[in-house]
Amino acid sequence: MYIMSALRTCWLTFLHLFHRTETQQYPEQKPKLSPRYRGRIVLTRDPDGRERCVSCHLCAAVCPCDCIDLQKTAAPDDWRPEYFRINFSRCIFCGFCEEACPTSAIQLIPDFELAEYSRTSLVYEKEHLLISGTGKDPHYNFFKPAAAAPPKNPRSLLP
Amino acid sequence: MSAALGIAGAIALLLGIVILAALLTWVERRLLGFWQDRLGPNRVGWQGTLQIVADMVKIFFKEDWVPAFSDRALFVAAPAIVMATVLLAFAVVPLTPSLSIAPDVNIGLLFFLAMTSLSVYGVVLAGWASHSKFSLLGGMRAAAQMMSYEVFMGLAVIGVVMLAGSFDLNTIVLAQKKCWFVVPQCLGFVLFLIAGIAEAHRLPFDLPEGENELGAGFHTEYSGMKFGMFFVGEYAGIVLISAMVVALYFGGWQGPLLPPGLWFGLKVSAFIAFFILLRAALPRPRYDQLMSYGWKLMLPLSVLNLAATGAVMLAA
Repeated sequence: MYIMSALRTCWLTFLHLFHRTETQQYPEQKPKLSPRYRGRIVLTRDPDGRERCVSCHLCAAVCPCDCIDLQKTAAPDDWRPEYFRINFSRCIFCGFCEEACPTSAIQLIPDFELAEYSRTSLVYEKEHLLISGTGKDPHYNFFKPAAAAPPKNPRSLLP
Repeated sequence: MSAALGIAGAIALLLGIVILAALLTWVERRLLGFWQDRLGPNRVGWQGTLQIVADMVKIFFKEDWVPAFSDRALFVAAPAIVMATVLLAFAVVPLTPSLSIAPDVNIGLLFFLAMTSLSVYGVVLAGWASHSKFSLLGGMRAAAQMMSYEVFMGLAVIGVVMLAGSFDLNTIVLAQKKCWFVVPQCLGFVLFLIAGIAEAHRLPFDLPEGENELGAGFHTEYSGMKFGMFFVGEYAGIVLISAMVVALYFGGWQGPLLPPGLWFGLKVSAFIAFFILLRAALPRPRYDQLMSYGWKLMLPLSVLNLAATGAVMLAA
């Protein structure tokens, strides 16, 4: 009967007056973000402090909204990018760049507070993106691959 | 001199009602929030009490746009009609034994029914003058809904009039000294409440607005304070219907210990909260369902109520 179910609905809704609210009072009460949260994009360095990015353009190629722009330096042995630019007013924080990156250079971190007063200040240059640490991949070093180390003598592993 | 005082009092009372209606926007949003496990607006002022000031500032600074394709005179008049009829109906509501804008009007209840019927014109004219299909559909729905629910609203109230022997609301309130009319007229009360909800076009009977089918229905094309007047008019309508339910069925300002004005306020706020609870809880029926409830269920029930009340009165 419609009337009974309507009355029951009203009563159950009324009881919600005594439930705890789900709202988080954001600026005062910060939300808990997981380490994997996809927020602001950073460029990391390897354990030796070198820039990890080797200007392979895979992140720019995979980016669905074309918000990444970069160029390699002209020097033959220097693989670092001359400039590296991310337009956060276009970025959709999908994390494809992080998945595509072969050297763990580009990473998304749990920071979403990117508000700015002008759109141009949402374009981050390399100096804004680079951090001094290694990010989520603390040991990886592109310039010291495991294969480059001399092979261990297996006998030395025996007891 | 006394006439001037009376007019000043009436203006003060009406302004109070408008401010109360505006404040209800905040009350509704807060209560809806709590019933949906949210907080609602709580930033402006203590617990968000000044939200209405912020909303007012915002709505006054919005562009007050009259569409070029609209029927200008009617378009401007429609919100005023809604507002004016609702406020006029307040004239006969007895707030306390002595306080009422037009005390001892011996056709008080008829005046209320007439004014609520007139307020349909505001909605229908708004829908017509907007010259847009959503608005027109909303206006048409409003016309059909109001007409069919007006019928049994009048019939449901007649039970009270028969018991009290008067159309004067003060007399009706005084007649409930021993026993509230909700006891002998419980069916009439339910019918009047349902008709009242439909009359104030509140959920679940807000088909004239129907925001997910019609945009905003009859006020789709309205902006700025004209929209604000529809909005405040709707909330004033809630207060009006609640006040009428209290005056007709719940003994008006009568109650033990507390002063009569406070009793009236408490009872009215309980019904306002009930109106908001309905909005939080119930979905909107389909248009044909609304019509068939009105004509096939409510109308026979109200006639039955009328006949039963008459039979009991004759037997007693």
